Amino acid sequence: MATTYELSHLDVLECEAVHILREVEATLERPALLFSGGKDSAVMLHVAVKAFWPAPVPFPLLHVDTGHNFDEVLEFRDRTVERTGTRLLVAGVQDDIDAGRVVEDERSGRNRLQTTTLLRAIGEHRLGAVFGGARRDEEKARAKERVYSFRDEFGQWDPRAQRPELWNLYNGRHRDGEHIRVFPLSNWTELNIWQYIEREGIELPSLYYAHQRSVFAHDGMLLAHTRHSTPRAGEEPFTATVRFRTVGDATCTGCVASRAATPAEVIAETVASRESERGATRADDRISDTGMEDRKKAGYF
Amino acid sequence: MTELLRLATAGSVDDGKSTLIGRLLYDTKTILTDQLAAVERTSKERGEQGPDLALLTDGLRAEREQGITIDVAYRYFATPNRKFIIADTPGHVQHTRNMVTGASTAQVAVILVDARAGVLEQSRRHAFLASLLGIRHLVVCVNKMDLVDFSQARFAEIRDTFRGFAAKLDVQDIAFVPISALHGDNVVSPSPSMPWFEGTPLLGHLEQVHVASDRNLIDVRFPVQRVIRWQATGFRGYAGTVAGGVLKPGDEVVVQPSGASSRITEILAPGGTPVSEAFPPAAVTVRLADELDISRGDMLCRPGNRASVGQDIDAMVCWLTEDAELRAGASYEIRHTTATTRARIDRVDYRLDVNSLHREQDVDSLRLNEIGRIRLRTASPLLFDGYRRNRDTGSFILVDESTNNTVGAGLIGGAAETGPEVVWQRTAVERAERGARGATVWLTGLSASGKSAIAVELERRLVAQGRMAYLLDGDNVRHGLNADLGFAAADRDENVRRVGEVAALFADAGVIAIASLISPYAQAREQARQAHLRAGLRFVEVFVDTPLEVCEARDPKGMYRRARAGEISGFTGIDDPYEPPEFPDLVLRPADGDPSAMAEAIAALIGG
Repeated sequence: MATTYELSHLDVLECEAVHILREVEATLERPALLFSGGKDSAVMLHVAVKAFWPAPVPFPLLHVDTGHNFDEVLEFRDRTVERTGTRLLVAGVQDDIDAGRVVEDERSGRNRLQTTTLLRAIGEHRLGAVFGGARRDEEKARAKERVYSFRDEFGQWDPRAQRPELWNLYNGRHRDGEHIRVFPLSNWTELNIWQYIEREGIELPSLYYAHQRSVFAHDGMLLAHTRHSTPRAGEEPFTATVRFRTVGDATCTGCVASRAATPAEVIAETVASRESERGATRADDRISDTGMEDRKKAGYF
Repeated sequence: MTELLRLATAGSVDDGKSTLIGRLLYDTKTILTDQLAAVERTSKERGEQGPDLALLTDGLRAEREQGITIDVAYRYFATPNRKFIIADTPGHVQHTRNMVTGASTAQVAVILVDARAGVLEQSRRHAFLASLLGIRHLVVCVNKMDLVDFSQARFAEIRDTFRGFAAKLDVQDIAFVPISALHGDNVVSPSPSMPWFEGTPLLGHLEQVHVASDRNLIDVRFPVQRVIRWQATGFRGYAGTVAGGVLKPGDEVVVQPSGASSRITEILAPGGTPVSEAFPPAAVTVRLADELDISRGDMLCRPGNRASVGQDIDAMVCWLTEDAELRAGASYEIRHTTATTRARIDRVDYRLDVNSLHREQDVDSLRLNEIGRIRLRTASPLLFDGYRRNRDTGSFILVDESTNNTVGAGLIGGAAETGPEVVWQRTAVERAERGARGATVWLTGLSASGKSAIAVELERRLVAQGRMAYLLDGDNVRHGLNADLGFAAADRDENVRRVGEVAALFADAGVIAIASLISPYAQAREQARQAHLRAGLRFVEVFVDTPLEVCEARDPKGMYRRARAGEISGFTGIDDPYEPPEFPDLVLRPADGDPSAMAEAIAALIGG
């Protein structure tokens, strides 16, 4: 049979992301790529490396550091920066706490505070565009977000005044002080991410695969027992074989019981899973039905 | 088989669109238990009977509070056969703007019609917008069949009404499915309540619809996005996304607008893997044999098939903002492929009533959600094709430079006719002095309908009478004049356009041009007729109306057999439509006699 000139669905998604990364780099001033060490940012960086090959990634990585990191993730971050020859900018939430710009609240953790730190970093480095690894399938409010998401000088997202986005023509015009959040992986699903990780052999922090660790049950979730998160009275730590589906602030990211030790095993589990990744493991999203929308309006990732 | 399919859905909450999408997500097990639990909780709080699947799709607080959908939302689901991206566009708030946005990237449009209400103004609008945006496949879901007792007659009535309207549109493939999104009838599984429906349920249809040939794989178009240089190895390549055609190493290319030519030495996929060919929508890096001055906004094409170059452009524009109107004389930033320049609106030709398709001529502005035809002039030339020929090189957006908002979406019709640079050169010979009066006889009909035999006989007969006649045979012109064209819809249109223009030149020279080609699409034939009428030339359309069964039984070249076997696709009459002429000058049926008798009938008509 003659060639059909078809790309696989992963190739279509990769090409779309490559197009977006190149488009931003060619038209907007001082972009940076948000890199948390999580799987979505690892995939985004991998695509960026491929987009500009053989030249190095022509923009820095930005890590908004809550100070509550899993050690494995920090090691992975530094190893990845070294391997890809990229420049790393770190913006610490602790600095904002020390300076009194934000006040830490024991109950809700540091996740919420990242917004202030992110906006400070964008201002200090005068970033015109910030790449994020967010996907539209993650959450209802995200389903309506554009690939190029305009943010005003306070970093705010106005869902009712988004720019129409047609074909593959993107409008990144903005004034000084404003910026564009860009989501090259908008059209990927969690399953696509794992399929791509498997196909490309992308390295992830070991937390993403089954391992034994000390955990405790808290508010219906399994939390890791680390120096940043310790059980309260009545919460007994125990050892379990678990993996993390997302990696965020260590105080509010839960894990799930799992024996999946490779991307292929994670894919098999994901296909069989009947619970969304955020629903299962992110306390920050369960605060309210509009938790994500409210945080996004205020300038969250 | 295309693995990833992009859909646009159109319809309002009243049509049950959110319920249908919720049903698709639910029945394909895309919705997870915690998401469903949240919906059930909210439904119960509101005192509803079962889970309101519409709640799955209304993401913003205002939407859930007001029970409306505000903005285009994107949804994802997959079956073992295909992955789907749905652009879910609300039906009533800022309808046109959102539908145009969602449709711009879609390959298939799913239009909902409430079985009780029938085909409404908005159904027509949705079909028109899908057609305008170049979507070639429509699926009309007649929903709420449970509320009309699953009536076959009601379904047929709606289908026929819709078809009657859609005949005026440029849509090749329309499927109709009677469904009940609420109960799941004919969404994923065949409905036991509608055993009379012999078609495929919605999901099965979406899994099978053939979209691969919708892309333009003929005209090589590679807009350069960025030059990639790496000094360590002396690497230099041109990064971009293929917008048309198939590029291969070794191909000669021309760089527009400079006109410099070179040869492709290497094509690299992302990450540097060499590939033997690149086609839409691949993002690649192309390396050339020569060091040329190429930058972002330039385009690589083939020497014999270049993009149009022009500053005066006719386009349909959809206006997207309520902040200001589009007005003649206003200037905007225009973004087209990877080029950005400025554009001035020279005039508004008309505004299109998207419900009646009526053209309102006396207008000089467009407001939010309005669509109109405009002429614009750009500060530097654009490298473009008509939107119908190529979505990527035929589309643009307009950006308001004071607010930075995207305010207009444009679909290029073509270069403005008779721009100031191209003037018709009059000759010193008047038509009456040419000795003979030419005309064009246009034979249209299915493959193997007998066109060629009639045309050959007509040419022989006219020449024997001492008249100048010349046969332009559809197969023959594909050896030379149209050797670069295939059989995709856009190519067929171009094939007909070229033969029409050539026939008009022959007729102008005093020859009876006999064009014999399937020419399946009414609009393309009409353009050929118009080309003649503009030049004051006679155009005789002859419909060779041989039934499909007869043609298929003849099958001299074995083409029908191959099409039925799936070896070739897009074959007229089998899996590509033939639009019969509405007002032919002559209809010839098998009962009218042999080719000689038929040629005689044509000769009598043109006076000879």
